[in-house]
Amino acid sequence: MTRITIGMLAAVFAVAAFAVAADKQAPRVAVPLVEIEQGGVCVAPTAEMRRDHMKMLLQQRDLTVHQGLREPRFSLKNCVNCHASQKTGSVLGKDGFCSGCHSYTSVSIDCFECHSALRQRRVAGADR
Amino acid sequence: MNTDRRQWLVLGAAVLTGAALAPGFRLIELVQARSPQEAASTLQRWGLLIDTTKCTDCDVCVTACHEENGVSSHGRLETDAQWIRKVSLHDKRTGYAQTLPVMCQHCTDPPCVDVCPTGASFKRADGIVLVDKHTCIGCRYCVLACPFGARSFIHEPVSDQKADVPRGKGTVESCTLCVHRVDRGQIPACVEACNRDGGEAMVFGDLNDGGSELRRRLNSEPSTQIRPDLALNTGVRYQGL
Repeated sequence: MTRITIGMLAAVFAVAAFAVAADKQAPRVAVPLVEIEQGGVCVAPTAEMRRDHMKMLLQQRDLTVHQGLREPRFSLKNCVNCHASQKTGSVLGKDGFCSGCHSYTSVSIDCFECHSALRQRRVAGADR
Repeated sequence: MNTDRRQWLVLGAAVLTGAALAPGFRLIELVQARSPQEAASTLQRWGLLIDTTKCTDCDVCVTACHEENGVSSHGRLETDAQWIRKVSLHDKRTGYAQTLPVMCQHCTDPPCVDVCPTGASFKRADGIVLVDKHTCIGCRYCVLACPFGARSFIHEPVSDQKADVPRGKGTVESCTLCVHRVDRGQIPACVEACNRDGGEAMVFGDLNDGGSELRRRLNSEPSTQIRPDLALNTGVRYQGL
């Protein structure tokens, strides 16, 4: 009985040690490098944006298309204007703000099949 | 009340009114350009009046529309999107020829909305008929239902879209009456171009606003709809047809 208990404990420790070692290894998929070039304050706290940005966009989308409510704060155009890369001017591409995270998390979005992914010239009153 | 006091009260009221109105004298403009927080309303109904007698042989309206909305040609006329087209009419007996632009007529009772199975084709409160491309499944019922041939199906991938005008393969689209411009208080690109470079044949305005130029001309001059027999009550009216 004692032998069995010791054996089981040893097995548990071995698995735990293996898990700790695995944690220290580099992840199989590189964590995206998110650079926010404009910086400053987003329209909501970062944690909320990470969790709920799609809900904000979905609600804004329906309000804009059907009722003509073009609140610039939550518009996709405003997101792109702040978050597009300085180099490419786009939120897509390898380290693009949108595509970087979405490819890491295996989320397929089709916003930019129709919408422009490029930063626009700033329109007065269109920023946050 | 003595006379002095009354005069002071009248003067005070006049000064207050002046102070309220003076900064910019913009009461009417403020009514026309909605704020981004204000939804499109049934108080307005946007429409067009096209005077075909002033419509010349040019196509500045078509060029301006396609430039504004990022509609580009692939050189395949049968499948290219057309938001607005110039139509030539020719009377074989008399030889009288005329030309006019035809686009979505923004009907009060749009057949495209009736047939849409997903609710993607819809009429906004202010009378602008639009396609919600998020819910359009590309079935093309509306293309067949529209008596004016105003709708186009997008057959090929689209790139370089305008930020205000998202467009994509597999959806249907048509004239939006430049809704993104109208929401900013501007007039549609075709009307602006016609007034600038064309024959000044187009007037844009609010059909519900008795004071607008559009309403004034419709009240005082003869005009017609295309296919009035269908009783669709189009928002686009023509003169000289």
